[in-house]
Amino acid sequence: MSELHAQTVSFVRETMIPPAPPPTRQTGALRWLRENLFSGPVNTILTLLGLAIIWFLVSHFWDWFAHSVWNAASLAECRQIIAETWGEGARGACWAVIRERWNQYLFGFYPMELYFRPVMAFGFLMVALAPVLFSESLQIRRIVLIVSAVLTLVLMAMLGSPMVWLAFAAVVMIGAVVIAERHAPWLLIFSVLYPLLGIWLLWGGSLWPQIMVLASIGLGWLAWKLLVRVSPLLAMVAGVLVTLILWLVAVGPAAEDAQRLIPLAITAVDSDQFGGFLLSITIGVAGIALSLPLGIILALARRSDMFLVHTLAVTFIEFIRGVPLITLLFVASLLLNYFLPPGTNFDIILRVIIMVTIFAAAYMAEVIRGGLAALPRGQYEAADALGLDYWKAQRLIILPQALKISIPGIVSTFIGMFKDTTLVVFVGLFDPLKGVSDFVRANFAWKGVYWEPFIFVGAIFFIICFSMSRYSMFLERRLRREHR
Amino acid sequence: MSEAITRDIDRSHMKVSDEVAIDIRNMNKWYGTFHVLRDIDLTVHKGERIVIAGPSGSGKSTLIRCINRLEEHQSGHIVVDGIELTSDIKNIDKVRSEVGMVFQHFNLFPHLTVLENCTLAPIWVRKVPKKQAEATAMRFLEKVKIPEQAGKYPGQLSGGQQQRVAIARSLCMQPKIMLFDEPTSALDPEMIKEVLDTMIELAEEGMTMLCVTHEMGFAQAVANRVIFMDQGQIVEQNNPHDFFHNPKSERTKLFLSQILGH
Ligand SMILES: Nc1ncnc2c1ncn2[C@@H]1O[C@H](COP(=O)(O)OP(=O)(O)OP(=O)(O)O)[C@@H](O)[C@H]1O
Ligand SMILES: [Mg+2]
Repeated sequence: MSELHAQTVSFVRETMIPPAPPPTRQTGALRWLRENLFSGPVNTILTLLGLAIIWFLVSHFWDWFAHSVWNAASLAECRQIIAETWGEGARGACWAVIRERWNQYLFGFYPMELYFRPVMAFGFLMVALAPVLFSESLQIRRIVLIVSAVLTLVLMAMLGSPMVWLAFAAVVMIGAVVIAERHAPWLLIFSVLYPLLGIWLLWGGSLWPQIMVLASIGLGWLAWKLLVRVSPLLAMVAGVLVTLILWLVAVGPAAEDAQRLIPLAITAVDSDQFGGFLLSITIGVAGIALSLPLGIILALARRSDMFLVHTLAVTFIEFIRGVPLITLLFVASLLLNYFLPPGTNFDIILRVIIMVTIFAAAYMAEVIRGGLAALPRGQYEAADALGLDYWKAQRLIILPQALKISIPGIVSTFIGMFKDTTLVVFVGLFDPLKGVSDFVRANFAWKGVYWEPFIFVGAIFFIICFSMSRYSMFLERRLRREHR
Repeated sequence: MSEAITRDIDRSHMKVSDEVAIDIRNMNKWYGTFHVLRDIDLTVHKGERIVIAGPSGSGKSTLIRCINRLEEHQSGHIVVDGIELTSDIKNIDKVRSEVGMVFQHFNLFPHLTVLENCTLAPIWVRKVPKKQAEATAMRFLEKVKIPEQAGKYPGQLSGGQQQRVAIARSLCMQPKIMLFDEPTSALDPEMIKEVLDTMIELAEEGMTMLCVTHEMGFAQAVANRVIFMDQGQIVEQNNPHDFFHNPKSERTKLFLSQILGH
């Protein structure tokens, strides 16, 4: 070994280097531009091309937006104002149609004096969702609860809500804010009860059916409780059966009797009075809430070892995925009538919800199956080795991880399904995009107005879908941070 | 090769009782047409510490996975703690809750904290109240010397720490028998020792243990019986001293010369 080499190899550190703070990130607008937009010839050309496209689009539409008219009674009046202000041949947007008819885009033909009820239902929906969506992020949950409480109460007041209802909403929503701080798990009770409350607020009528449904669920639970010591499976079956039978047989008559004794009813609103975003959101929220559990069950069934269960799941999923949603909606509106006993009044919105749900659930099942397949076998084996039975292993170990992997796919399915709710126009319901727009244009004053409603409706859809997408990214980030 | 076990082993609690913990009679298993386990006969008494060795693919993992029914045997009998393993789900779950298992790749639940990993099965299988399960879990985490990691997620721990959590997780079910399937072979050398130390402590407390391992130092120090498997059969079993210094079968000699490196 040479002298030099020996010297370089032998080294002993005498003082340890103390930890230093990391360098601050270099920033600066110019630097950013150079690194991101003009880092090389290709990048520069692409940047210029992008700028050209943006310029083309903006210059094309700028006039139209700049010449917006908000106050007019008809499209003709809009055009007249535009011609007078910006000269003959100028183009301009006629937002007056939105100003005039916004309520139909939002509520359809829901009685105007009752608009406060859907608003309240929507506000309560936020209260029901907040503890589920933001179970760990207390700060965000607090903001969501407070903002939705304020917005809901202000909107209700603006829509002329009676004082009683305003007070009721205030108690619920401010109560939720307080409970969230004190004893957050209680909020979940409201989440569970919300479906019944929401349905009552939207459709109105007697409150007794909801109470009776609750009672039948309570009795089912009692049956489960009594039998669970004997056999968990038997208890489950008995509980579900008791609830279902009571629901189908006893709830109707019992609710009528109770209503005669103690009237507890508000103005009923019929399903064909629903429309616009009220309809889309009602179908969308119900579809989302129902299709996730159904999709999970289908995914588990498809992976089951039991031949019959597996085959049924595969058949169902492949059949539903192989058929366009519109077909299912037609089935809902026409064919079901043939199968149901004559005289049964099976609500059209409920039928549509069922179809949308099974449609989304089939896609959901495949997304979740992918997540299940991605889990290493070791997770199943560890759960088995600890003595967890199938359902506990699924619920505590497998599904939490599989669902986490599937979040992007699940949310995509939700978004797709929410947009698909516009297809209900084909079974005679008034979706915001075409149903309501056609109705508005049927009025002579607004004949020929196309772009403005499309942009308005599109913007609202975008806001809702974009929020869902952001939420999924938020959730992914949070779970990633948690798990490593 | 393994490092020497340097510490003194306290043998005062290592007593082999007459009671039978595991009784395997004439057991056979096939994967499709491949005969993995052939005529296995093995009786394990309470308090025994058995090391199973053998070349790769000889069926060691399959054998111990049959004991808690992660794999199903096709003929013969396996009786664990008096319960025969059949297709009866109730018996299987019962056996599984009495038998702890530690895997080569830890198989911790990544979405749960260390503490939750340890309390999950006691709470959901044994129905232990949460507070009590947490207290027990903390006791075992202290035993494997990582109580300060209780709130972390498995992904934040080193391999050796994860394997110790896995051991604690099994112990929280207060099992009567512990199965180890190459618990140290996915670990870096310096982490092997911490896991082996934990296992030695367990042995000192009189736990019935079956370990598939290549750590011959551990076998010599702790085992009361070493089983050598090849091609799905038990080729030789003996006490560690005779097994290592006086192997009978040619296969064993060959294997030992390879693994001991001379
Ligand atoms: N699920 C399976 N299907 C088919 N063959 C399998 C399966 N699992 C294991 N085998 C085969 O069974 C034989 C025994 O496998 P096993 O995992 O028990 O060996 P091992 O002794 O544990 O080996 P190693 O030391 O490599 O872990 C091997 O030849 C393996 O290829
Ligand atoms: Mg193995």
